[in-house]
Amino acid sequence: MLNCRKATRLLSDRLDRPLTLKENVHLKIHLLWCSGCRNFGGHMHRMRNISRGFVDFGADDTTPDGGE
Amino acid sequence: MLTTGANNSSDAAQGVMLNDHQFLLELREKMLRFTILQLSDRVLAEDVVQEALVGALKNAGSFSAKAALKTWVFAILKNKIADALRQRQRLIAVEQPTDDEADEGEFSDLFNGFGVWRGPAHPIAWGSPEKSMEDAHFWRTFEACMEHLPAQLAKIFMMREFIELTTPEICAELALSETSVHVSLYRARVRLRECLENNWFERGKSCAKLS
Repeated sequence: MLNCRKATRLLSDRLDRPLTLKENVHLKIHLLWCSGCRNFGGHMHRMRNISRGFVDFGADDTTPDGGE
Repeated sequence: MLTTGANNSSDAAQGVMLNDHQFLLELREKMLRFTILQLSDRVLAEDVVQEALVGALKNAGSFSAKAALKTWVFAILKNKIADALRQRQRLIAVEQPTDDEADEGEFSDLFNGFGVWRGPAHPIAWGSPEKSMEDAHFWRTFEACMEHLPAQLAKIFMMREFIELTTPEICAELALSETSVHVSLYRARVRLRECLENNWFERGKSCAKLS
């Protein structure tokens, strides 16, 4: 049985490698009843988009405040 | 002061970008911030940015839109940063992180003894991240969170998510096992997620701002 700690590890790993069938099944079952891990999984994807967007947005026109 | 190029013909637009000092200064500043975050070395970062900028601007004439030029410049910059990391890697010994099983007690602030979320650490639904991405305050929070990560975790995270290297590429670069890279990415993501949630996607508010 997967606990949240192990589920979050798989939710991170699946951004970097394909999960095995067994891992996938255990994860899916865990996510059915765990809203925290469901949120965590969504955040993993959003963080990837955020990181990729860093060049397009974050490094983009910053506000006119600040030093210069 | 400096004029921004209006919508002239596309031929004229080419020259306008290179003569637009304000645009180039801002571009350089953005590149520098992006690079310093990853190399943590201002002098080296300035060299890398300089090199990327010179290389990129040789072909600037083929871009008529600033956004396209910026994407191009950053693509070159990513390669230069990867080169710099590769060279430096030989000088800095990378610590082999301990494996997962070794520290069951890890993140004991987040998970209880059964490996279940502790109440206050339970991840919440985030507000619209797309909206956040247009907000400069959000990016300052993001950078601050990145800087809070232990250096090695931040480095591996950025290689993966900013430079978009694959796990095997990172393993080769840093002479780490694949598991070590996965563990490091996991740790970095858990901490970064927590930091963003606590400082930006605050409980009950979707666009709380730190100032």
